[in-house]
This record gives sequence, structure tokens and C-alpha cells, in this order.
Amino acid sequence: MSITIDQISKTFGRFQALKDVSLEIPEGKLTALLGPSGSGKTTLLRIIAGLESSDSGRILFGGDDVSNLHVRDRNIGFVFQHYALFRHLTVAENIAFGLESLPRKQRPTKSEIRQRVAKLLEMIQLPQLAGRYPAQLSGGQKQRVALARALATQPRILLLDEPFGALDAKVRKDLRRWLRALHDEFHFTSIFVTHDQEEALELSDQVVVMSQGQVEQVNEPTDLYARPESRFVFDFLGHVNVVSGVVKHHKLVQGDAWVSLPGQKSDQEAQLYLRPHEVHLARAPAIHARLPLRIEAISLIGSEVRIELVPVGWNSDEIWEVGMSHNEFARHNPSRGELWYAVPDIGHLFVADSAQPRSVDWAYTTAANASNM
Amino acid sequence: MAAEHHRVGDQPWVRRLLIGTAVLVSLVLLVIPVVVIFFQALSAGWSTFTGNVLDQFTLHAIGLTLLVAALTVPLNLIFGTALAWAVTRFRFPGRKLLVTLIDIPFAVSPVIAGLLYLLLYGRNGWLGGWLATHDVQLMFAWPGIVMVTVFVTCPFVARELIPLMQQQGSEEEEAGVVLGASGWRIFRKITLPNIKWALIYGVVLTNARAVGEFGAVSVVSGNIRGETNTLPLHVELLYQDYNVVGAFASAALLATIAILTLVVKAFVEWRQSRPTILTPEKGGV
Repeated sequence: MSITIDQISKTFGRFQALKDVSLEIPEGKLTALLGPSGSGKTTLLRIIAGLESSDSGRILFGGDDVSNLHVRDRNIGFVFQHYALFRHLTVAENIAFGLESLPRKQRPTKSEIRQRVAKLLEMIQLPQLAGRYPAQLSGGQKQRVALARALATQPRILLLDEPFGALDAKVRKDLRRWLRALHDEFHFTSIFVTHDQEEALELSDQVVVMSQGQVEQVNEPTDLYARPESRFVFDFLGHVNVVSGVVKHHKLVQGDAWVSLPGQKSDQEAQLYLRPHEVHLARAPAIHARLPLRIEAISLIGSEVRIELVPVGWNSDEIWEVGMSHNEFARHNPSRGELWYAVPDIGHLFVADSAQPRSVDWAYTTAANASNM
Repeated sequence: MAAEHHRVGDQPWVRRLLIGTAVLVSLVLLVIPVVVIFFQALSAGWSTFTGNVLDQFTLHAIGLTLLVAALTVPLNLIFGTALAWAVTRFRFPGRKLLVTLIDIPFAVSPVIAGLLYLLLYGRNGWLGGWLATHDVQLMFAWPGIVMVTVFVTCPFVARELIPLMQQQGSEEEEAGVVLGASGWRIFRKITLPNIKWALIYGVVLTNARAVGEFGAVSVVSGNIRGETNTLPLHVELLYQDYNVVGAFASAALLATIAILTLVVKAFVEWRQSRPTILTPEKGGV
């Protein structure tokens, strides 16, 4: 069942939590609502569920307006951040709760409910825990029970509020894969809220980036990372290296640093955003850029060596980060305190107040310059 | 562990002095008076004691006291639960004021409370005159006693529930409503089990106070023997009649109720402090 969010606004007192949000959630897809705390993502999820009412706007499930439908009658599955398991009911009773709450006519018989619960316990791989109480479960087990409980009435929409937020890293990874597999098997429409970009990119089919009560960008995970449409999305998704300066004679200049920008108008303020993998390091400046940096720290852990650098003779608000393969690292053997030059391959230029970036590609120059490395 | 009992720097004599003082004070102020009550009540023999207890006015006082408690407890149970529900589950203007107002019966002297009711509902009171023309008498009759007792004991249940319900939050109830449960089913299956022991604790306290209330009741009762005399008032009345043994017999009844209350209270506290279900197990996802 697809979900349409149509011009939803919501204020709490003087705080505007959502500003005229419109969104299309495709049927059968797993959508992430990603944003920092206070961006309105949880409020939006609760409005979709019907746990919160919007000040204006409509919510449609599969084309039907459900804005005035009570949460009880929306037939959605909802997984709460802290699981919200019923502490005085056993695992099996928790899972059966939704089925037993059905109106008498639709309610399955006692033995059918028992069978359904047994099947769900199989699905979450915890049949041996049917008689336990929530306080006797680990965090990951609680999360699974919460999912089984939400899925018991076979809702066509599953909403998850920070589903893995309270779990440790290892359990989180396992559960993520498990949820993905579950989703691929049953094909309900799911929305989950997260502030973890990695989680959003790894798990979802579509990511909705939110900031200050508004939708910043909606994209598939790969596009979102490769083509951020705003500074906010750039900053929020992964590390970014920034050169900010003034354009003069087709060059972005700041202090001792410059990057050539063929065709760019002069006397404009501009920022060049560079992802760690869109830059490489060289002992000497390239033809198209001179960005002197000193190595501050080297981290060898992971599939790539991560090198942190600080600008020399110019300024940057944040530390620079450049990735290097272990092979290359062994060849060039950079060490702390040395002076190196960053060579941009691809960049994203924000000029003055414009919200949208322009992509810059120096590939042809770098190819010619590769022997410098 | 022994280390928890011996704080660093505590000399043995400091410990002995503190414990000794506590024991002595408890003996003088609590234990001896209670023992004296029973001792005095039985000082003229068992048959005199039963005679005193079975005296018709005493029996009536017992009956009236139980009636007051039987009406007060359910009223305040419903009121306290509803109030706690309202202030912990909803946000509305005046919510904080309401939480403060609920404490007024604790802050105001019960005698003042009795006087206020007398001024309001008495024959010459603001509402009393109108009530009198309709032949309704509240003051100097049992309804008045129930009214002031309800007033004096109304914070107990709410005070027990509010912090607990605040701490538990409303997520479980939200989960229930998302799963399609009706309001009543949510209350019965989720809310009530969660607050059960706090509720019982509140009831025990309400009951103890309802049975023992003297000040407010004495103002509005009129002390009519065999009609508006509750057990605590009866004790005073007998004492003023120089029937000391009789007074102590009734006092012994009250003391017995108090001790029973303490036992129930201790049990409920023990149940409440017990973690809901053991401890979570380690390992396994």
C-alpha cells in the first residue's frame, strides 16, 4: 500500500516541527526518514501512524484519505524506539495482543491465534522464549518480539521509530540484515526513522533526508551519496572537505590555496565540497590545484587508510580527510607532520547563496598528472 | 557485603550510639504507647474488654467508621486514578496547577477543612441554606463525615500513581492502541497491571487515614452518640465520660486496624520493590 503525505504541517507550541511536508512513499519499498534530532522525522512518522494529529494536510494510504481515521483503525504495524513491550505479558501474549484485540467477527479462534503466534516465534527465531517476560530478554530479543507483535495482524504498512537506536553495534548489524530479509520476503510498505546515515543508506530503497521540519532530498541511497542537492545533505551524509574562498581569474582562491575553475565568473564567493574519495594526495601541487596540507593523523584500521590533514597557509572550518588504499600507502609511505598537496578529481561547487551545487570534473587534468604521484 | 555496613570513619561507638538512640526513641514514642493501649484496654479483664467493644454505641461507631471507609476508598480510588491519568497522559493548560492543588488536603489542617465544609454546607452556609429548603442535611450527619474524609484522603492514591505513571510513560498504551485495542481493554490489560501495586498501596493509606481521621470529622459530626460518632470520636467521648477502660478498648480496635495496615503496607512495598520479573539474561540476540 503506497502512502501519500500531502502538505502536512505541525507545530508544538511555538516550535514548528513540520513545514508543509509532501512526500510519496512507494508501495512495497523500505523508506528511511533520515535527519538530525529535531528535524521532524519522528513527528512525521507518528502522524502517519495516527498517534499525533497534524495541524493541516492529509495522509493517504493507497489513495484513501485516512487523516481522520483513528490510529486503532489504520491497521498499521508500529515498532517503538524502546520496544514498548507489555511488561506484564509474556512474549507469546505480547505477540497475540493484536489478534486478540480484533473485533469479534474478524478474531481468529484461540487455537488459530496460538498457531499464528507459534509461526511468528519461528520467524523471529525465538520459539523457546514464548513464556518469558520482556524484562528477561536482551535488547535484540526485545526488538524481534516487538517486530513480531507489530506483524501479527498482517498490516500492510510497517512503521519503525529508530528501530536499532538502543542496540549495540554488532546486534544492530545482524538485526538490520534480518529486517531487510524479512521485508524482501513479505513486501509490506515500511518507513523507518533513523539519524544514522549508514543505517539509512544500507537498509533502505529510498532515503528521505529531513532538516528543520522540511524534506531536503528524496533519493535512492546511491544517488543520494553521489549527488547531494544541498549543503545540508552534503554535510549530513559522510565527511566532506571544504575549500571556501573567492573566485578570481577562473580560480577559487583562499590564502596560499587555489583550485582552477574554468569558466567560472569572477568575484563570487564560493565553496568547493570534496568527498574524501574524490581527492588524492601528492607530494607536489597539481596543474589545476594547489592545496597544501600537513598530515595530522593516520588511521590504518579498515579497508582504506584514512589520513587527517590541516591546511597550511589557508583555513578550513573542519579537518580534512583523505582516503588512500593500503597499497598506495605502502608505496608512498606518508608520515605525520609532512607537507602534502590535495589533488581534487571531482568536486561540487556552491556559488554564493545558490542552494544547488555544480559538479566540477578535473579528470582530464589529473590523468595527465598521474605520474606526479 | 560487610563493607556496605561499615562506612569508612565510623567508629564502633558512633554506630552503637546512633542505633541505641533510634531504638530508645522508637520505644518511648511508638512501642510503649501501643503496648499501653492494649494493656489499659485489658486492665479490667477480658470480659470487661468484650463488654466495652460490644457496647451498642461502640458497635455503632465501628459500623459508621467502616461505612465511611467503605464509601471513601472507592471514591478516592476512582478520583485518584482519573486524576493521575489526566495529568500524566495529557498536556493541557493548568496541568501543573492541578498537580499542586491535589496536595492542598495535605497542606491544610483537617480542622480547617472541616470548618470550610461547615461554612459551605452547614444550615447557615452558602449552599446549606438552599440544601435545607430541599430537606437535605449534610452537616452533623454521616454524609458530611464522608465528605470531609474524602477531602482529607483524596491525595493518597493520586500521589502514589503520578510518579509511577510518569516514569512508565505512555508508550505501552500507544502500542496497545496501534494494535487496535479499545480504551477499556488497554486499561484492563496494560495500564492496570502496571499500576496495580501502587494503587493498592494508595488504597491502604487512604483506608488507614479514613478510619483514623479525627480533626475534620469532629467539626462536622456533631458527636451524636449512636448516630454520628466514628470510632476516633468515640474514644474521646468515652474518655471525657471518665470511662478510661472503655476509651482504651476502642483505641485498641483502632490500633489493631493500624497494625494490620502496616503489615499490608509492608507487604505491598516489598511486592512493589521487587523487579517485575527477575533479571534480564545475558547473551543471545
